[in-house]
Amino acid sequence: MPAKPILRLRGVRKIFGRFTALHGIDLDIEEGEFFTIVGPSGSGKSTIIRLLVGMDEVTSGEIWLRDKRIDQTPANLRPTCMVFQSLALFPHMSVGQNIEFPLKLRKIEPAKRKARALELLKLLHLPEHYYDKRVTECSGGERQRIALARALAFDPEILFFDEPLSALDYRLRKSLEKELKSLHARTGKTFVYITHSLEEAMVMSDRIAIMKTGRFEQISDADEIYSKPVSRFVAEFMGEVNLFDVTATAGRIEGAGLSAAQGAATRPMADKIAATRGATLMIRPEYVQFLQDGENADFEVTGTLQGIYALGSRIHYEIRTESGQILTVEKLREDRHDGREGDTVRLGWNADSAHVIEEPAFEEQMA
Amino acid sequence: MRRLDSKLGALSSLPMLAVLALAFIAPLGLVAIFSIMPEKVFSIFNMPNFAAFKTMADQGYYKSLLWSLFMAFAATTILFVICWPLAYGMAKVFKRFALVVTIAVVMSLFVSENIRLFGWVLTLMKGGLFEGYLRHWTGIGFNSPLYNVGIIIFGIVYVYLPFMLFPLAQGISMVPDDARQAARDLGATRWQVLTQIDLPLAAPGIMVGYLLTFVLAAGAMAEAKILGGRAVIVIADDIQTAFTYGQNWSLGAALSMVLIVLIGALAIYGIAKIDLDKIMGRG
Repeated sequence: MPAKPILRLRGVRKIFGRFTALHGIDLDIEEGEFFTIVGPSGSGKSTIIRLLVGMDEVTSGEIWLRDKRIDQTPANLRPTCMVFQSLALFPHMSVGQNIEFPLKLRKIEPAKRKARALELLKLLHLPEHYYDKRVTECSGGERQRIALARALAFDPEILFFDEPLSALDYRLRKSLEKELKSLHARTGKTFVYITHSLEEAMVMSDRIAIMKTGRFEQISDADEIYSKPVSRFVAEFMGEVNLFDVTATAGRIEGAGLSAAQGAATRPMADKIAATRGATLMIRPEYVQFLQDGENADFEVTGTLQGIYALGSRIHYEIRTESGQILTVEKLREDRHDGREGDTVRLGWNADSAHVIEEPAFEEQMA
Repeated sequence: MRRLDSKLGALSSLPMLAVLALAFIAPLGLVAIFSIMPEKVFSIFNMPNFAAFKTMADQGYYKSLLWSLFMAFAATTILFVICWPLAYGMAKVFKRFALVVTIAVVMSLFVSENIRLFGWVLTLMKGGLFEGYLRHWTGIGFNSPLYNVGIIIFGIVYVYLPFMLFPLAQGISMVPDDARQAARDLGATRWQVLTQIDLPLAAPGIMVGYLLTFVLAAGAMAEAKILGGRAVIVIADDIQTAFTYGQNWSLGAALSMVLIVLIGALAIYGIAKIDLDKIMGRG
């Protein structure tokens, strides 16, 4: 980790009446990082950002910006700024007036303000003549860029984003995701982004935090969160996944419908499983192979092919195993499996593409 | 189909148009015609002249007009200042308690204006509720605050409060919370949020409140008569006198026309000034 973190949260708790939205959160965000907090609605991610920008007060805990404690500082005195989900552009002002708003508050002279606004319009690929346009006449994507320009005009230490892309259509969202990432690289600012879309998080972020009911489940880079989730929740949140409840005794891994080879490849995994009260074996759909006759893998499952769905570049298969579990398999179009619905198929994968989640099965957690 | 719809629309508006023409346009026309009749006639079939307007100018009726406009302006401005915080509370803070405030304010309208004003007279007059008891208990009396310009303005403020309060609350509720929060986040102080976000975005409500109260206050008479004891004569009082004791319909009509034209011009100017659609973000 480089230098000192720009933002530190220590034991931050937020309680609304009887409801605890955040249970004592600790978090370090590095200077210049693109950090994304992901979680389903109600997970507390919006609460965090409201505390960080100063729209709500912490119940207890500390927020530090570099060497300054800011949790008691009112929003207008914090050197941070946020792009709202609704964008919150000022409808009674022109594009230029919107962008210049923070500069006008600092009593910067009009000529300098305008120069900066035009610079920002250019940075965000908006034409100069938009300066005099009314914000209400701009399209969704343009408004997005105006909100960004306004936030950048503020020149914040940290730029917060509260799901700013969620209201846009798919294609525009995709292109703005990439633009945001490149903007982050060009400005070198620290971005803290909130979203419920993992895809969005994966495309843009240096690090991702997964939230669940007011706590962080896992904080790591996209790759690690995808391939080595710490819990079933994270695994399932990160897209399609196949999960098996497994146990292990004397180097032998057992799970319903699952036959596992015994040997050097699966041994470390078996030991790991044996050491837990319960464990889950995870395999992503793209790692599952259709086995030909005579072909073998570390883990094998037999089942009936019950659904084939074309997803464009990929094909999605659903297989019902002998124990009644539904498995999903995904193949690139060029690697497609020539089978029909109703066929009996053998599926397999090797130990190095599987991952063990050290967490008891759901029923045991409840007990 | 659409043509049929529009025809039916025009047809179904006929009864209302007839009522408006008979009850609103016709009397107005009659007043306009009477204003250019010779004085002290009671028929509109005379040779028109501008004698009534001349009388108006010669006999200093402009004074009561100016008093009316001044007091209406003062009362409206006071109303704006005192209603803003309350309206803000009703629109953004009180939540369910806002209903209680609404009911309390509306209830005051259930009692006739004159009765409420006489209530204030009994309260404030010498030997009334305040002064009487104070003198009875302490022996110290004070002069009645009644019968001056200040108390008339107070009366107007008191009577027309709902007409400022509700449009203001409506205007304030149109200001999006996130615009306010964003301004704050971008470094605005509370005062800057008020002047640069709240006031411009609530402008339609402010304008409606101002117009309503100003128009009503400029034509108000009971406050000046009952609380003010005719300390000053207001234009509406002059109009009434001209039509009744004065038996000078032409003068009354001329005074009315001046008031109507002034207020009408102001209202049209105000309404033209605010582009509702633009402010509502419908460009």
